[in-house]
Amino acid sequence: MPLKKYLRGLLLLPALALLAGCHAVLLHPEGDIALQQRDLIIISLGLMLLIVVPVIALTLVFAWRYRAKNKDASYDPEWHHSTMLELVVWSAPLLIIIALGALTWVSTHKLDPFRSLDRISASKPVTTDVKPLTVEVVALDWKWLFFYPEQGIATVNELAAPVDRPIQFKITASTVMNSFFIPSLAGQIYAMPGMETKLSAVINKAGVYDGFSANFSGDGFSGMHFKFHGMSEQDFDAWVAKAQKSADSLDRDTYLRLAEPSEREPVHFYSSVDPRLYDAIMMNCVAPGQSCADNMMGEPSHGKTLEAAGEHATAAHSGSDSSDDAMAGMDMSSMHTANEPKSSPAPAPAGSPR
Amino acid sequence: MFQVLVQKMFDHLDPVKLIFGRLTWEALPLHVPIVLGTMIAVMLGGLALVAVITYNRLWGYLWHEWFTSIDHKKIGIMYIVLGLVMLLRGFSDAIMMRAQQAMSFGANNGFLPPEHYDQVFTAHGVIMIFFVAMPLITGIMNFVIPLQIGARDVAFPFLNNFSFWMTAAGTVLVMLSLFVGEFARTGWLAYPPLSGIAASPDVGVDYYIWSLQIAGVGTLLSGINLLVTIIKMRAPGMSLMKMPMFVWTALCTNVLIVAAFPVLTAVLALLSLDRYVGTNFFTTTLGGNAMMYVNLIWIWGHPEVYILILPAFGIFSEVTSTFSRKRLFGYTSMVYATIVITVLAYLVWLHHFFTMGSGASVNSFFGITTMIISIPTGAKIFNWLFTMYRGRITFSVPMLWTIGFMVTFTIGGMTGVLLAVPPADFVLHNSLFLIAHFHNVIIGGVLFGLFAGINYWFPKAFGFKLDEFWGKCSFWFWITGFYFAFMPLYVLGLMGVTRRLSHFDDPSLQIWFEIAAFGAFLVLLGIVSMLIQFYVSFRRREQLRDVTGDPWDGRTLEWATSSPPPSYNFAFTPLVHEVDAWWQMKHAGYKRPTEGFIAIHMPKNTAAGIFLGGLSALFGFAMIWHMWALMIVSFVALLAVAIGHTFNYKRDFHIPADEVVRTEAARTTLLANHV
Amino acid sequence: MSDTHAHAIASDAHASGPLQFHLTHEHHSENGTLLGFWMYLMSDCLIFACLFAVYGVLGRSYAGGPSGADVFELPLVALNTSMLLLSSITYGFGILEMQRNRLRPMLVWLGITGLFGLAFLSLEMYEFLHLIHEGNGPQRSAFLSSFFTLVGTHGLHVTFGIVWLITLMVQTGKLGLTTENKRRLMCLSMFWHFLDVVWIGVFTFVYLMGVLK
Repeated sequence: MPLKKYLRGLLLLPALALLAGCHAVLLHPEGDIALQQRDLIIISLGLMLLIVVPVIALTLVFAWRYRAKNKDASYDPEWHHSTMLELVVWSAPLLIIIALGALTWVSTHKLDPFRSLDRISASKPVTTDVKPLTVEVVALDWKWLFFYPEQGIATVNELAAPVDRPIQFKITASTVMNSFFIPSLAGQIYAMPGMETKLSAVINKAGVYDGFSANFSGDGFSGMHFKFHGMSEQDFDAWVAKAQKSADSLDRDTYLRLAEPSEREPVHFYSSVDPRLYDAIMMNCVAPGQSCADNMMGEPSHGKTLEAAGEHATAAHSGSDSSDDAMAGMDMSSMHTANEPKSSPAPAPAGSPR
Repeated sequence: MFQVLVQKMFDHLDPVKLIFGRLTWEALPLHVPIVLGTMIAVMLGGLALVAVITYNRLWGYLWHEWFTSIDHKKIGIMYIVLGLVMLLRGFSDAIMMRAQQAMSFGANNGFLPPEHYDQVFTAHGVIMIFFVAMPLITGIMNFVIPLQIGARDVAFPFLNNFSFWMTAAGTVLVMLSLFVGEFARTGWLAYPPLSGIAASPDVGVDYYIWSLQIAGVGTLLSGINLLVTIIKMRAPGMSLMKMPMFVWTALCTNVLIVAAFPVLTAVLALLSLDRYVGTNFFTTTLGGNAMMYVNLIWIWGHPEVYILILPAFGIFSEVTSTFSRKRLFGYTSMVYATIVITVLAYLVWLHHFFTMGSGASVNSFFGITTMIISIPTGAKIFNWLFTMYRGRITFSVPMLWTIGFMVTFTIGGMTGVLLAVPPADFVLHNSLFLIAHFHNVIIGGVLFGLFAGINYWFPKAFGFKLDEFWGKCSFWFWITGFYFAFMPLYVLGLMGVTRRLSHFDDPSLQIWFEIAAFGAFLVLLGIVSMLIQFYVSFRRREQLRDVTGDPWDGRTLEWATSSPPPSYNFAFTPLVHEVDAWWQMKHAGYKRPTEGFIAIHMPKNTAAGIFLGGLSALFGFAMIWHMWALMIVSFVALLAVAIGHTFNYKRDFHIPADEVVRTEAARTTLLANHV
Repeated sequence: MSDTHAHAIASDAHASGPLQFHLTHEHHSENGTLLGFWMYLMSDCLIFACLFAVYGVLGRSYAGGPSGADVFELPLVALNTSMLLLSSITYGFGILEMQRNRLRPMLVWLGITGLFGLAFLSLEMYEFLHLIHEGNGPQRSAFLSSFFTLVGTHGLHVTFGIVWLITLMVQTGKLGLTTENKRRLMCLSMFWHFLDVVWIGVFTFVYLMGVLK
């Protein structure tokens, strides 16, 4: 797209001048999703500058030209209407918004964090045989816990993934809302207790990147960051092996101790993990005596097994493929009963057999 | 519900608990030097103020002429004074944050520990929106609307006084939280579960809830009051499409207030129930849903930003056409733009949380509706531009603020539309880019508008103009300070720095925070210049005196009466034929009537409002500290005063004709001596 | 309506020579109390709308506790509903008497209205206490939280309505049917009927649909 290139060039000039000497990670990300988001920012800004620059320029020009001291300028105190001009001032922004709106609709669907990736990078589509790496993320007070269900390990405050392999994050939180954000990798998504959100992403270059919580979560919030390592396959395997050698294992008691509020928790690894733990965290029923079913948001009635309840809770995202979502969103009810499997207009029992 | 309350109350039949609740000496900040120092300074300042008032025997004057006054002009001025005082408080929070962030790198932890810093940014947001911007907006609307529509007062004068005192009561609670206990540490919208009883068991969130609830009652009632005023009390001949632009924007703002504030009341009530009674609306357990809070609070919160900006747009419209000496360009399209913005304000709330995982279609719907708002807003900017076109522009202080606004707000609008693109928001949400954006529109739009309005209508309120030199100093310090303070935040946002951090590890960020802190310092100079401006103008009031009542060669009815206007505003109700009613009167050679005056029917002062406000503050304080005995007493007293007030049927009187004659004759003499 | 009136004045002035720019008599704008009170009611309606929405979202979040079908006693609620509906009718009779300027019969009707209101409140209180006694208080589940809050908020409004009713009865008793008192009675009338309408919503969406499930 030559237009796109042109616009990017137009914007990058002042932006680059401004940002010379500092590392604006959002403008130089290393993950394909973040890269597409960067492009979108630049294109949108370019489109808007088409109207913003003339407006600012005209403001200054008119203010100067029609200053009271300038008797050369014409003065027309009763002139207050011009159909032609009105048409222009309404339609110029309208045209830009139509362009931007179309761009928004397409890109929002394409870059939906819940949608699995269809490309590794601009030149490399995802092949069907690639299985994404699953990472389950839990935001604790105030540290990050990462489960690697396939590898059977868990880590605190350190995340790693092989380069060019899709990563599927499943994200929840223990007590309050946080936001899981690695700017170089992909946009953020909230980590919320009792719910699960998802994020698909891929890192295209080996390196160490910053990750942190982007939603204020209490006094220890400032220290709630971690390093994300993009690694080659071999390095990743070695990293996993290192974790597997750890003497610690993550059972429910260890988790409950870990979940106590603490700040700037050092990195550590767990070589084995209670396989039900992540689901139990999500449903707030790790501690002995807590019933998972009691804590369900859309639970129909009376005792349910953990497995069944879990299925509903993981459907934390009402399908992104249905076009009636927008309307369903309007009535608010299906919007935040995030665990309703499929949007239905009335507050239908979320977990009821259908 | 009752049972739990009752149970809680009688759990400890300990009389000390019953009276003092959870308030102990610990609540006073005796161990925090910064707060203790502030407290002592405020107390000394307060004592000095009381001493000065007592020495000058001003209590009676204040009580009769101001506190119990139902004159819309005086209430408006009290709102503005309240807003300006709170601006100082909100700004001290701001400068503390800027200083903390500029210092707190690596081994240096700055001077604010997190538990204090978190209160500072929460208080900054809450105060700037609820106790600075809202009182200033309400104050200006209160002062200007009846004058612009040619009315004697608002529709419900007592209610107006009551609304003010409710706002003041909320303010008192917020200020009290600084010294007794603590304020919320949750961010200005207090999302649960963080604001729930488990994560925030202290009084902070309760201070937040009760100050907003009490002030919210005031805002809602003043919204209804001004709506009825505009609908029912316009001067004969002033059809809707002949209302001044400011009245139009105020009308739309008050529609938004009446339709949005109940949602805030409801959602805060639900949060209180979760905290006090143990219900499960927003809890993680037993079926609660915290995202519901986020939705509801933004259903109020988004219209709120339009509540703030629309009257500012109205002020800019008045100022632009007055100082360009030209009719407003495209009045009709301005009106429709305002209405479109009002309607769309309700269809965009979800853009505040694209990142909470709604579907792509939902996100794009709300993203696109948000962008659509920029169309009428853009049209408005163009209309101001074409009002300037072929005008004769004088760069008085109000006009400077307006031009500063047009440039600054356009930039803020652009970054706002950028944030409305959901995938872009995924990387910019909660970042300092966002902070830069909304300060860009709230300072560059709302605050600049309010300053333009204050400079514009000050002579009308006090009878003398504000000093131009210090006004211009204030403008230039503010605007350069603004760019220094917030442009670095855009950069930091692009560097992936998120908001509300009290400490940083990466030293390469520090320079940007230092620039921002320098900007905040320039803004401080801007505020100081404004205070000097008030002082200097007061000293030079005789030179700055406005005897004509029309210092700017204005266009609308408020300039038709004297400065300051008599309590009855207009000796005779004006008749309106055109949009720029006063401009037309001047050009038709209108002669001010000098005889035939008749008695004028006016409402009477009352002390009920200040009592109700005071009791509400007491009730809120009792609720915050679980002082159940005081809670019951203050509630019963509230009810008693309210019912007692309804037994007062003699709420009005007539200003006798000869008093009107005297007032008007004095003005005639004044005009004759100065023309 | 005020607009046409205004226009009439303006054009009159126009017809009779040069433009007039002020009225020479005292101008009285229409009283705005009823409009203002109506706006207040609409804002109150929004509070109820929020509570209904919350109930819509949480109404099935039983958290292992009872559902509406388990705890609602429809006959009791039907009786309760009839109390409130009857009170609206009797208030209507009161207003009719007011319009005929007959103080005493009006007071009697208002008294009956108050009694019906009290009966409604007592039944509601009984229902609440019974639920709490069974361990199904508002803390039990999000469903019960939203149920108690929605119904309780309505009950709170009725309570204030009764306080207001008594106040007005005293005031009209003392000062008679003055213009102010009539206006106040009309406001309370709107308030009372508004609560009735809200209750019909509660009865339908909460109780009937809750039992239907």
